[in-house]
Amino acid sequence: MNNQIEENKRPVRGTSLWRYAAQRFLRNKKGVITLSIILVMYGAGVFAPLVAPYGYDQQNLANTLKPPSWEHPFGTDRLGRDVLSRIIYGIRTTVIVTVAAMLAGGILLGIALGLIAGYFGRFVDGIIMRIGEIFLAFPDILLVILIAATLKPRVADWVRGIETSTGIQGIVRSGFVDYLVVFGALAVVSWVGMARVVRGQVLTMKENQFVMAARALGASHFRIISRHIFPNLLPPIIVLVSVGMGSIAGSEVVLSWLGLGVQPPVPSLGVMIFDNGDISILRTTPYLLLFPVATVAIIIFAFNLLGDALNDALNPKSR
Amino acid sequence: MGAYIVRRLLWTPVLLFIIGLITFFLSLYGPGDPIQIIMQQYQDPAIVQRVREQRGLDKPVLVQYGIYIKNALRGDFGESFKFRGQTVSSLIGRRLWVSAQLGLASLVVSLILGIPFGLLAAQRQGRWQDTSIISGSLFFYSMPVFITAPFLLMVFVLWLKILPSHGWGGLFDARIIMPALILGLPGTAFIARMTRNSTVEVLSQDYVRTARSKGLSEFRVFWYHVLRNAMIPVFTVVGLGLATLVSGAIITETYFGIPGIGRLTLDAFFARDYPIITALTLLIAGAYVVANLIVDIGYRFLDPRIKFE
Repeated sequence: MNNQIEENKRPVRGTSLWRYAAQRFLRNKKGVITLSIILVMYGAGVFAPLVAPYGYDQQNLANTLKPPSWEHPFGTDRLGRDVLSRIIYGIRTTVIVTVAAMLAGGILLGIALGLIAGYFGRFVDGIIMRIGEIFLAFPDILLVILIAATLKPRVADWVRGIETSTGIQGIVRSGFVDYLVVFGALAVVSWVGMARVVRGQVLTMKENQFVMAARALGASHFRIISRHIFPNLLPPIIVLVSVGMGSIAGSEVVLSWLGLGVQPPVPSLGVMIFDNGDISILRTTPYLLLFPVATVAIIIFAFNLLGDALNDALNPKSR
Repeated sequence: MGAYIVRRLLWTPVLLFIIGLITFFLSLYGPGDPIQIIMQQYQDPAIVQRVREQRGLDKPVLVQYGIYIKNALRGDFGESFKFRGQTVSSLIGRRLWVSAQLGLASLVVSLILGIPFGLLAAQRQGRWQDTSIISGSLFFYSMPVFITAPFLLMVFVLWLKILPSHGWGGLFDARIIMPALILGLPGTAFIARMTRNSTVEVLSQDYVRTARSKGLSEFRVFWYHVLRNAMIPVFTVVGLGLATLVSGAIITETYFGIPGIGRLTLDAFFARDYPIITALTLLIAGAYVVANLIVDIGYRFLDPRIKFE
């Protein structure tokens, strides 16, 4: 009998705000289009070996620096590699870096610290927010540089140690360390924004009667946070995640430029942009630079537009 | 209000102290022994040891940092590893002026492009001018420099051939236009959007209706009643933009060969010149904190309705 009631309650709750939000989102043409662009690009990145017409390191020295043609829609580079294929493989790097950095920094660190600061308040709040202020004041790019530059050799040594002790080969060569350092550094700088928003939301939510009611009923801190507060935080979090993905995609490029990103031959959009980031390239073979740049521009803009559309759908009052 | 300012002012040095400490630790932990960089090919152990002692590099890290802070308070940030015999202060000082000029130029670009666009959008609210300005500002606000730079170079330098592409000649030289434009675009977008939103909000206020109904000219209404109130949020952007005068622009300066702070940051990073990196971190963080403080306080002076928390 009791189970019956539990089961009946769920679908009723499921049809509530989320379905309305989904309906509002689907009616928004801008949102649907940007979401499909992101899905197509990320899909192409994930399934790069299936989608790309050529391998990313497949050279053809008889066919170098060719402008766009039917065989090579985006042309070929100095080594005769297909630019389109390299962009698709580069998107794969972007996918890995954005998702991992967002998960580690924005979502895990940011949400957890924001929830703790907002819910427990007082001393804990003070400490977490002061730490946040330090990271905000720290010049972003310098912090990423410092972390990436100083930690990379250490992490590489550490992984090499694991390799020799376990006998597994090729972890360092596979570029795993590069990824680890890149999204580690990005995670450290990207948690503050999320934590601040979450904290602010929790602070106002904490005063709501449903929280007091739950507390009066004897609910534990964990239950109040996870069942009563957290679901209400999801809308702003989703919007922030979308916008944050775009800016992380941009930071990856800057890191590659500083030589701190993923190392060749692993392709990345950042490496492609800064290998060709010279005005002489623009004069002679502009497609080498403009196609990767446009790809990053589309990714960043799409995430921003998506964030806007999600905001309209999830927080209809804010319009 | 006094208590709030005092609290912020007391926290600022602590904040900078911690930021300096983090940088200091990371730079010691990083690759490349400073001694190796200073000594280069001279590897006589006795001399290396003497230089190590001379520079205080044999002491515990915290002691080293203590000495560093003590000297820094007197304006002495040590000697560069890479540029032998030059003090960090003199190296930074020279470039600071260059970056400040570039930053100022980009701020001017943001203001003279952003405010008119924002006002236009607000006046034509809901029409095509409004929608295109809104989406344009959304686009340019999110675009990093390395994306806008190639396209603008392509158009203005290679196709139209109206602007020079490279070099530095100070504030009143045509070569500043491209970098200032590129650097100012995100700010332009942001200011346009802020101006539009706050103007739209002010236009719907009762006092604007009152001003109109008492027969003031549209110009007077706009100039005295709307603009003044609508500009308050814009002030924030300009205030925060002041911090970028100091921080320089790493990518833009490198792209256009401008000898500013950004370029120095990059050189120092590649040379593992940690005295410069630490000093720059402190400088930029300090500028950011101070700009924030000024904005916070100034904002509340301009709009007394805002309460201190």
